Amino acid sequence: MNSVVCIAQVPDTEARIKIAAGGRRIDEAGLKFIVSPYDEFALEEAIRVKEAKGGDVTVISFGPDRAQQALRECLARGATQALHIKGEVADADSLGIAKVLAAAIKSTPHDLVFFGKQGVGTDNSLVGPMVAELLGYPQVNVVTHLEVGDGKATAHREIEGAEEIIEAALPAVITAQKGLNEPRYASLKGIMAAKKITIETKSVADLGLQDSDIFNQRVTTVAIELPPEKKGGRKIDGADPAAAAKEILKYIREEAKVL
Amino acid sequence: MAGVLVFAEVKDGKLKRASREALSIGRKLAAAAGGDLAAFATDRAAAADAGLYGAKKVYVAAVGPYATETYAAAVQQAISQMQPSIFLLGGTSNGRDLAPRIAARLNVGVASDVDRLEWIDGKLRARRPVYSGKAFATVDVGGNPAIATTRPNAFPPEESGDGAAEVVDITVPQIQAKAKLLETRTPEAGELTIAEADIIVSGGRGLKEAANFSLIRDLAHAIGGAVGASRATVDAGWIDHQHQVGQTGRVVSPNLYIAAGVSGAIQHLAGMSSSKHIVAINKDPEAPIFRVADLGVVGDLFQIVPALTEEVKNAKAH
Repeated sequence: MNSVVCIAQVPDTEARIKIAAGGRRIDEAGLKFIVSPYDEFALEEAIRVKEAKGGDVTVISFGPDRAQQALRECLARGATQALHIKGEVADADSLGIAKVLAAAIKSTPHDLVFFGKQGVGTDNSLVGPMVAELLGYPQVNVVTHLEVGDGKATAHREIEGAEEIIEAALPAVITAQKGLNEPRYASLKGIMAAKKITIETKSVADLGLQDSDIFNQRVTTVAIELPPEKKGGRKIDGADPAAAAKEILKYIREEAKVL
Repeated sequence: MAGVLVFAEVKDGKLKRASREALSIGRKLAAAAGGDLAAFATDRAAAADAGLYGAKKVYVAAVGPYATETYAAAVQQAISQMQPSIFLLGGTSNGRDLAPRIAARLNVGVASDVDRLEWIDGKLRARRPVYSGKAFATVDVGGNPAIATTRPNAFPPEESGDGAAEVVDITVPQIQAKAKLLETRTPEAGELTIAEADIIVSGGRGLKEAANFSLIRDLAHAIGGAVGASRATVDAGWIDHQHQVGQTGRVVSPNLYIAAGVSGAIQHLAGMSSSKHIVAINKDPEAPIFRVADLGVVGDLFQIVPALTEEVKNAKAH
């Protein structure tokens, strides 16, 4: 049972975001990059499938040179192969990214294709289902539990206030939600073993794709701006709980117009 | 290519709020872009409701409960019949599941979770929060149709004063779906979800232990809101992840957000600071949550929250 896990490298969630000159990108100077948190659940699940059933776990990332660090980290945690598609991913729209990944996945043995339910930061939640469509696979998004059987997988999909249990024929695309598992940390042994694995590198052209279909197509960024700084409002002393509760109620009724 | 098509979802026989919101902004876009507003539905009950929000036509495909592949085929059919210039979906689980599938099929642009939409120079321009609301991106969405999913609570639902819409039945080619729904489970029946809630009451580490979430639940229940939680409480196993507000949880923008015992880590603030009215209760006067609160109360949540619950109950009784 082989899995592919698609990895997005994103700014650390604790980072403060600054806008680069030109106003269409974030300023990457001094920014720490991490494996997108939801992708960690995706990777962990693929490793567990491998541990239970054998096979390979190939991690694939489309991005600039720094994406290698993210792939190296995934190898240290237990991925067995890594493929880096080099390119300025910030200039591609979600469908451009999906086309690149779908092409890369085609040439990699797989029964399951994992993604995080969204890339933290860009917050699109688009690429996983797009890859499913491009490959003609079923998809189960926002998955909190997965069982892999013979030629099929049963996944629990989180929806508003409920969950759906969906059976999908393999190969299938699964996007991972927090709670799917508890991702492991890299062990020292894993880190050492990862150093011996060569990360395969390809370009967009190597995949038989045209830059003109991937970059600056369909969705183009006009501007990225920071929200207006919110100033704190009124602060009151809550030493008298009853008085404080009355004050809150007054605010709720008069300002928020609730009740 | 003209007009706007909206994915109209029904729950319990009624049009979902997210769909009413999408129809409302869809009507404005149709006025600007030219052409009519229409809806796609799989349930006839939605047809009449969509008319109230200005839909002239409703394309109805009787394909049963939501399934990605079947719905994608049905929507594709409706799009090819209507040829809209814009296709909108409310940002629900199903809307977000379907939009990318359609966009990839038609090789068109899609913007997720948008909180502003305009038709400018023959193009759909969308604004969307990125980095969990730490920034906003404005994007031009190309393609026929250009697709967007709308962020819950960003577009107020407005009835148009129109009457019933014309129902157009569409037949969908048989497809061999590779995924099937086995079962739907509703674990916490009756509990509102934070994604679409108008009011959210959130608890943080200041609650000290899992059992004290009952204080938050009681207030949420009294006020008619959903229960939110900080990442620390979810990671500690005090409450299920679907309640988590913030960068690795849900980004929310309700009308009223009440935070009790939430210090306000940057990733929590990113997830809730666009709420319209924010009340924070915390014993630490320096807590970062006070920087975004419209009303900050420095005090003991264990006393103030129950007192507030009582006040709310009294207010409702009168």
